[in-house]
Amino acid sequence: MLDGLRRRFEAWVTRDQRPAHQPIRLERRRIYILPTRQGYAFALLLFLLFLWSINYSNSMGFAFTFLLAAVALNSMRQAHDNLLGLVVHSVGAEPVFAGQEARFGFRLDNPHRTSRLGIALQWRERTPLYADVPARGSAPLVLAVPAERRGWLRPGHVRVLTRFPLGLFQSWSWVEFDTACLVYPAPRGQRPLPATLAGTPGGGSTELGSGSEDYAGFRQYAPGDSPRRIAWKAATRTDRLLVKRFVDQARPELWLDWWLLGIDRVEPRLEQLCRWILKAENAGHEYGLRLPGTRVPPARGDAQRRRCLEALALFTVRDDALVRPHDAVESNKLAQARKAGRAAG
Amino acid sequence: MMPWNRINWRKREKPAAPPVEPLTPLALTWLLVALALAAAPHARELSVWLTALFAAILGWRWTIAMRDRALPSRWLLLAVAVLAGAGVLIDHRTLFGRDAGVALLTAMTACKLLETRGLRDGVVLVFLGYLLVMSNLLYSQDIPMIAYLLAVVLAMLAAQVMIHRQHAGLTALAPLRLSGKMALQAIPVMLILFVLFPRIPGPLWGLPRDAYKGRTGLSEEMMPGTVSELSKSDAVAFRARFAGSPPPPKQLYWRGPVLWNFDGRRWTSGDGRPTGIPVPFTPEGAAIEYSVILEPSNRIWLFALDLPAVLPPRATMTPSFLLLRDQPVNEVFRYEMRSYPSYRTGDLTEGERARGLRLPPRSNPRARALAGEWRERDPRPEALVDAALLLFREQAFYYTLTPPLLNVDSVDDFLFRTRQGFCEHYTSAFAFLMRAAGVPARVVTGYQGGERNAFGDYLIVRQSDAHAWAEVWLEGRGWTRVDPTGAVAPNRIQEGLYAAVADPDTLPFLLRRGGDSEWLRQLALSWDTLNNSWNEWVLAYGPDRQKEFLSGFGFGPVDWADMTVAMTVALGGLGLLVAGLRWRSRLPRDPVVRAWQGFCDRLARRGLARGHQEGPLAFAERVALSRPELAASVREIGQLYAVLRYGPLVSSPDVHRLQRLVRQFRA
Repeated sequence: MLDGLRRRFEAWVTRDQRPAHQPIRLERRRIYILPTRQGYAFALLLFLLFLWSINYSNSMGFAFTFLLAAVALNSMRQAHDNLLGLVVHSVGAEPVFAGQEARFGFRLDNPHRTSRLGIALQWRERTPLYADVPARGSAPLVLAVPAERRGWLRPGHVRVLTRFPLGLFQSWSWVEFDTACLVYPAPRGQRPLPATLAGTPGGGSTELGSGSEDYAGFRQYAPGDSPRRIAWKAATRTDRLLVKRFVDQARPELWLDWWLLGIDRVEPRLEQLCRWILKAENAGHEYGLRLPGTRVPPARGDAQRRRCLEALALFTVRDDALVRPHDAVESNKLAQARKAGRAAG
Repeated sequence: MMPWNRINWRKREKPAAPPVEPLTPLALTWLLVALALAAAPHARELSVWLTALFAAILGWRWTIAMRDRALPSRWLLLAVAVLAGAGVLIDHRTLFGRDAGVALLTAMTACKLLETRGLRDGVVLVFLGYLLVMSNLLYSQDIPMIAYLLAVVLAMLAAQVMIHRQHAGLTALAPLRLSGKMALQAIPVMLILFVLFPRIPGPLWGLPRDAYKGRTGLSEEMMPGTVSELSKSDAVAFRARFAGSPPPPKQLYWRGPVLWNFDGRRWTSGDGRPTGIPVPFTPEGAAIEYSVILEPSNRIWLFALDLPAVLPPRATMTPSFLLLRDQPVNEVFRYEMRSYPSYRTGDLTEGERARGLRLPPRSNPRARALAGEWRERDPRPEALVDAALLLFREQAFYYTLTPPLLNVDSVDDFLFRTRQGFCEHYTSAFAFLMRAAGVPARVVTGYQGGERNAFGDYLIVRQSDAHAWAEVWLEGRGWTRVDPTGAVAPNRIQEGLYAAVADPDTLPFLLRRGGDSEWLRQLALSWDTLNNSWNEWVLAYGPDRQKEFLSGFGFGPVDWADMTVAMTVALGGLGLLVAGLRWRSRLPRDPVVRAWQGFCDRLARRGLARGHQEGPLAFAERVALSRPELAASVREIGQLYAVLRYGPLVSSPDVHRLQRLVRQFRA
């Protein structure tokens, strides 16, 4: 019930907040403060000390109890001031595949002369991430948000909080930015790459590792890459996983076509396409992508990969585009796919 | 019906329990130091084994943290806990009470240390630490102790900051600075609460029997040795401050328990039922007005000069003029008194006369015979009193702190064999002789004299001033004080114990007079002045003193509701004051804003005011267009300000550059 109350309070408080496209300065009126569980326990301790002082008529016991109470009261103000005036920047997030965690970058700027210790960002009820923001300095923080579905992912309200100094009170503020993370479909599906148009012997269904004659340098590792291609030596030098690129000049163009897939539902289709894109890119193919209403001409390289993945991520099911006339046989199944698409879309 | 693919198969996401936030070695070090400091004063009361166990576990836990070892197993922890509990039980025969409670608290803290992993355990330990601090206050509230405990609280607060791992940015001693600041800022609120929070008279429920054990002071009975034993203590019994000049030493008889019953060796109370109004008597002469600041005694009696005419709050008076409080005095207790040194008391009831003459049958036959002789010679009571005093004065009686032991017939043995005694010996013998001669007599215990502290202009009455004297009932005068000690050692009354006893070297240092260490004694007296103020103004600030103090402001009598209102108003006023100060200090805080403001003001005086919605770059551009000769510097300032204000990072060279540019800017 308390959880529900909290959520309702959050909704009520942030009802007028629009996602900001610029840094947010934490002002007095958007900082809230409540005792933590520790704070309530401390209140109980104070009550105990108070009773103890009464029972023994202990004058210094009263003084001690009152001192602790005053310190606790003051720590409430300190927790509030610890957030006051901080500027939160949103740095953005790199695209990820569904099922991974989107990593939203934030930066906390402290324009004041006092350092701000123990400032945290928290997404929903996940473990808060803490940082110290030095005086007139800033601190980066990266929030991991699970990317469950393809498309644009917005983290929504992010809580900026602190329990400094004693942990008895938590002061917090909600910030929301209009940054979003693009989430590609998860690369899934076991189907082999389709045959190339030119029909080279063994062309379409080649294994990833074979037929890679011309070494063409390194590129960054991406999910779906074969471990056999990872340049381990280079990795030890650069701290990053690199993959050897092989270019086969003779390779003909490859069309990754929505219509080639006899899968009923939209999302698995997109997932299979996603896997194909990664495979094709790894294999060094020139590949194009055909989706209902979208066509990415064949090419290769990181730009092509990104273009194709974006198309998949942002694909929306349109009724007229989904069904090709000669697919009428399958229209039954596709009707279901439409429904699924709506559910997913 | 819902399509199958829209059913949400995934279980509702539940936030996982937050993982244990481990304590950093630095945080643990702080915690261990603070706990060690909090428990250290208890080493005086705790058994040696418990002190050793606590220290050992503290050291062990620290080693574990520093070397990153594993914590001991649950079984070991359980074993230690059970053994420690059993040890406490064996030591104290109980788990309740003050001493056993403190021992248990210490043992518990030690055990908790052994299973301390994360933040939550750290919090529990800090709370236990605060309880340890509080438990120290049950034993001592002296100024040095309070100063020490304040340092402990600072360390404990520092530990409380440090156990939160997210505050790991604080290095080594920084938390102490922080906790010092926190405590300083807390002082105003603490003072308001201390003065105005309505005090409730305790105790709320029964105190453990050993709550105040180990306090020295008069007991409710007297037998050979009780007073002389007390005389070796220089502990302060109470202090008194007189409204006028203090009365002469021969009037400084501080009345304590009055003893009626004698069994041949021991005098016990037998006093009548106390009443809520002062017992009437006829004063002769002027009154003495004074206040008494009584040290905790764990006794209910309140001391007053002969004879008290008023009752302190919550006090009653027995027919023998003894003041009693409703609760034992276990805090510093201050009360106002009025006494009349010359007086005449009323008639004796038949019961009182019988009790004033009662003697144990067949005891001390030689003393009885002596009293009989005197009575035959001159039966007037005054003559009998003189005869007894003459005996003490003329015969070879000695006043000593270390008298020989007496046998069962203590009065006979003393009068005819040892002839060496302290005031209880003389008083006991005198009262016995009077009763045997037919004069109603009783024994009064209390204190006599006191040391004047010139630094603070008050009288210190120590346990060494404990005294016993007798009262006889004389026709027409009532109960009359007779101090047989005065006959043996007149100096005792005039100049105090040191001048009177035959063996002054057995006295504690503070009670000696003159000699090489006199300056040290003077130093001790000035220290006592501080203690007295502490007692009078801080420790004695209880429910009664609070009402008295707050009613002295001219608003008439104050009750708890008034106090609550006053407290709320004071706290609210303080809050407003702090808010106001912060509001003012907020304006010029940011040097970047301040420099920019100065720049804008200068331009505004030249007729180029910045619009409310105008950004720095737009404003600079507008100024540059209308004043081309300023264009370069205006653009530079505008851009620099924009970078500093809205850019990612504020670097101090840039701030200085902006300040310099604005300073040099001439419109």
